Amino acid sequence: MSKRTELLCTAASLDELERLIAAGADAFVIGETRYGMRLAGEFSEAQIAAAVAMAKPRGVRIYVSINNLIENERLPELPGYIDTLAAAGVDAIVFGDPAVLMTVRASHPELGLHWNAEMTSTNYATANFWGRRGATRFVVARELNMDQIVEMKQHTELQVEVQVHGMTNIYHSKRYLLQSYADHNRTTKPADLPPGQLVTGKDQGLFLMEAERPEERFPIFEDSNGTHVMSSDDICMLENLHELLEAGIDSLKIDGFMKSTIYNETVVRAYRQAIDAYYADPAGYQFDEAALEPIQALQDPDRELSFGFFYKEQVY
Amino acid sequence: MATEVLPRLKGKRHRLERPELLAPAGNLEKLKYAVHYGADAVYIGGQKYGLRSNADNFTFDEMREGVEFAARYGAKVFVATNIYAHNEDIEGLEDYLRELEAAGIAAIIAADPLIVETAMRVSPKLEVHLSTQQSTLNWQAVQFWKNEGLPRVVLGRETSLEQIAEIKANVDIEIEAFIHGAMCSSFSGRCVLSNHFTDRDSNRGGCCQSCRWKYDLHVPEQGAVDEEDLFTMGSKDLCMIEHMPALIESGVDSFKIEGRMKSLHYVATVVNAYRQAIDTYFENPDSYELNPAWVEEINKAANRPLNTGFFFDTPGAEDHIYEAEDKAAPYDFAGVVMDYDPATGWATIQQRNHFKPGQEIEFFGPEGFFKQIVGELTDDQGEPLNAARHPLQLVRLRTEHPVRPMDMMRKRINK
Repeated sequence: MSKRTELLCTAASLDELERLIAAGADAFVIGETRYGMRLAGEFSEAQIAAAVAMAKPRGVRIYVSINNLIENERLPELPGYIDTLAAAGVDAIVFGDPAVLMTVRASHPELGLHWNAEMTSTNYATANFWGRRGATRFVVARELNMDQIVEMKQHTELQVEVQVHGMTNIYHSKRYLLQSYADHNRTTKPADLPPGQLVTGKDQGLFLMEAERPEERFPIFEDSNGTHVMSSDDICMLENLHELLEAGIDSLKIDGFMKSTIYNETVVRAYRQAIDAYYADPAGYQFDEAALEPIQALQDPDRELSFGFFYKEQVY
Repeated sequence: MATEVLPRLKGKRHRLERPELLAPAGNLEKLKYAVHYGADAVYIGGQKYGLRSNADNFTFDEMREGVEFAARYGAKVFVATNIYAHNEDIEGLEDYLRELEAAGIAAIIAADPLIVETAMRVSPKLEVHLSTQQSTLNWQAVQFWKNEGLPRVVLGRETSLEQIAEIKANVDIEIEAFIHGAMCSSFSGRCVLSNHFTDRDSNRGGCCQSCRWKYDLHVPEQGAVDEEDLFTMGSKDLCMIEHMPALIESGVDSFKIEGRMKSLHYVATVVNAYRQAIDTYFENPDSYELNPAWVEEINKAANRPLNTGFFFDTPGAEDHIYEAEDKAAPYDFAGVVMDYDPATGWATIQQRNHFKPGQEIEFFGPEGFFKQIVGELTDDQGEPLNAARHPLQLVRLRTEHPVRPMDMMRKRINK
């Protein structure tokens, strides 16, 4: 990996991938819901191959997410899927389940292995454990703060990836909770039923509100992996990106999940400029307030741009 | 909720060893009762590294006493060290694990590989059981942990009986599964609702159960779907008492009851019922029949409506709690038997809740159950009382059948 911090993005389609390469992305995480969780869009095996063909000549890397919680029934497909990805020339596999790690190690040790257990990658010793088992990178849990992230980087040889922009998952159930709720309402008060069924996919715009938090809207959707609840705010670390760059974080991720291409393009461009400006003169780098404006102009007014947990202390 | 029992897996019973009954114990008294009522092992929390930061939790001295007590019954004590650790939790872990080992703890239940690896290195006599917090669902992942040297995996609560049998068929390792109690409706460890709502870290014991709060579900341009029965992620509680043959025959090695925060009465009642069901099965699997009394007993301790989780199918509308919750059972814990005089038929009871003459009460223990009405009531000096008012007060009353120390007394309450 180059010494320069990578700007990692998601893509919902080949078209978006191409536009985000042009906007300055260095790498992408893509995949399909059959194997990965909460992906910006669906990429078939053929589309993954096309993505690699588009990205490689421009020095852009493609990572494929296989980070589902995997059940027995899906195990037999794994080796074939990974063979296909390796043949397509992808650079790394993103995993959470040890079954994926073992399969990749057995058949394609040349592939990068990015450990992404989302909420549970919370300390450097555990990251290093996965490193000794073959992981080349780990993705830091979004609930850590800056001090913890910097300390993790100081205590590991692995590449460290940190999400710097976008929404995050805050709850994942295997249950179909929206469908269950709709079924319940149908049974208890058929007269009040709104016409048509509750449509529960990620593009439907459903959200939860809690009585004491009327300002916050938590997106909720169902797919074949169950029910997902997402954060009510979008992380935006553009202003303090240099803190992560100074710490030597290897990869900064913009998650474009549930965002439009024009939004993602704007965000990627802003982060690209900040990273390039930093590397042009690390000592003299100063954040340019104006860089936020294009993002703010496109930001959903119901979703706050926040620092996530970067500057928070949590209790337990 | 699926009600039919699975056909015998693969057409035959492939396992007839008695599974371990593993019970929660929030404090030393609960540990003693859990063991006395038939738990083969109990799991507890220490002062650190556990996911119930609000529970009483054990000091090392209490652990030693608990281990000694359990050993008299041939039972083991496990400690939950099931947090996902942060950097600052690394320091002190080695000493903590050595202390657990020295206290005679048989196993830790760990999710974080940091804790798994450290325990294997510094406290080799402690078994390491992989926690359900890892949400392990497939046999290759189980194989991975076996290769790491773990003798046992607690599966994710999303695994079905068929999947469990398949895991057992592929990997020679002990499998532990939750069979009773409250459930995370999320994949365990994959929920940070508490972090987002209250800045309390759910994976280090700070969970504030936001999944059980009520939410408005909004559809764009339509508003809230239903303003009466609000949306919730809260699940009914797990209960497998009606399906013991299927559970035993799936090959699960350890049957785990949830509830380190639950009452003494709850632990004793639930352990008692499952103990009887397991023992009845092993007396003669072919003639095993569900005893309705076990179900009744469990219902007397239930906090929420019950269901069978993912064992038979994916939970649906009937498995979640949308309406206001009833206080489930019309019974309250009233006292414990301290002593009994067979010559007079009088028992000494330690009061755990108000009761008085004329009230219907039930006595139960590992060896029996009966109902009666409270008759004459005195204090421990024989002075008549018109009610047992004071917590932990010693009182006497005549019981209609012999009782034993550690038998429990509950009262019927009017709803």
